[in-house]
Amino acid sequence: MPDTGGTPDEPPLRRPASCGDVFRVFNRLALQGFGGVLPVAHRELVERERWLSPEQFVELLTLGQVLPGPNIVNIALIIGDRHFGWRGAAAACGGLLVVPMFIVLALATVYQQFAGNALVVGALRGMGAVAAGLVVATAVKLARTLRSNPLGQPASLMLAAATALMVGALRWPMAGVVLGLGGLGMALAWHRIRQQETAR
Amino acid sequence: MTLGELLSLRGLGWADVLALWGHFTLLSLLAVGGAITTAPDMQRWLVGQQGWMTDAQFTTGVAIAQAAPGPNILFVAVMGWQVAGVAGVVATMLGIMGPSSLLALAVGRFGQRRAESIPMRAFTAGLTPLTLGLLLSTGWVLTAPTRAEWAAWALVLGTVMVSVRSRLSPMWMIAAGALAGALWLR
Repeated sequence: MPDTGGTPDEPPLRRPASCGDVFRVFNRLALQGFGGVLPVAHRELVERERWLSPEQFVELLTLGQVLPGPNIVNIALIIGDRHFGWRGAAAACGGLLVVPMFIVLALATVYQQFAGNALVVGALRGMGAVAAGLVVATAVKLARTLRSNPLGQPASLMLAAATALMVGALRWPMAGVVLGLGGLGMALAWHRIRQQETAR
Repeated sequence: MTLGELLSLRGLGWADVLALWGHFTLLSLLAVGGAITTAPDMQRWLVGQQGWMTDAQFTTGVAIAQAAPGPNILFVAVMGWQVAGVAGVVATMLGIMGPSSLLALAVGRFGQRRAESIPMRAFTAGLTPLTLGLLLSTGWVLTAPTRAEWAAWALVLGTVMVSVRSRLSPMWMIAAGALAGALWLR
C-alpha cells in the first residue's frame, strides 16, 4: 500500500529497510519534538524518509485523531504494522517513547533534588502556566473548526461548555460525561449528516 | 539513586498499583483528542480522591513533560513515577497505551477505508466539542497551583495569544515561562 502514492513528478516513495530502521526514524523524530511531535513527523516521514505521500500522511492523521489515544503514537503503530506487522508496530512505538521517557524521568528526578530551591520552583511554576496556556491555545484553534462541524456552531459550543463545566468545574468523573454527552453529540451529528446527505 | 529506591513503591501497595493501571486503562479509551484531555480526570483521581500527589506536583509533572523532547503523552509516565516509581511508570503507561493501541492496530488493519463513512464522521463530529471542553478543563486544572498570582495569569494569556497568532515553537514559550517564573513566581 505505501508504494502506490505520489504523482509522476515526485520521487517514488520508499520503504523502511528493517524494524531497526523504523525504530531509528521514530526515535530521531521524537527527540526533535519539543512540545509536540506532529510537525516534526511530517518533515521526517513525508519529506525526508518519503515513507508516506502528503495525502497518505493527512489520511493517517485523520485516522489518528478519530481514534482515542495520542495521535502520533497511533500513526506510528499503524505505519510500523503495515511494513513489519506487530514487530514493526512495537519498533515504531518504542522508538517514539523509550529514549524520551528516560530523559523525562531523569528531568523529574533531577527536579526532585532541587525542589527546595526557590528559583527552580518558580521556573517550574512559570513553565506550568505556559503549559496551561498551550493547552488552552489548542482549544482555541479547535474552536475555529467547529464552524464546519455538522452539529452547527450553537450545539457544538453548548456541548463544549457543558463538558468544561462538568469535568473542569464540577469535577465529575470523565467516563460518565464522555459516554453521556459524547453519545448525545454523536447521535445528533449522525442525524444532521443524514439530513445533509438526503438534502443533496 | 540506588536500585532499591528505583524499585520502591513509595509507600503504595501492589493493590494500589493495580488500581493505578485500572484507572489509566479506563482513561485510555476516553482519550479522544489525545492523552492530555484526560488530565482533569487524572488530577481528580490522583490528587483529589487518592491523595497520592499535590496539585503542584501534578502541574510540575505536565510542565516537565512538555519541556522535554518527545510525545506529550510522557506526562503520564511522570505521574506514575511520582506516585509509585518504576512500577508506577509501567502501570500508567501500559494502562493509557494498551487499549487505545490495540484499537489503533485493529482499525489500521481492517477499518481504514471506513474513515469517510457516516458512523465514523458522526463519531468525530460528535466528539470534537467534547475535546474542546476537555482541553479547557485541562488548562483550568493546570493553573491550580498558581491561580492566586497575577504573573501566572499573564503567562497563560500571553501563551494563548502567541501560540494562536504565530508559529513559534512551544519550546521557546516554555523557556520564556521558566525565566519569567524564576523572576516573578518564586
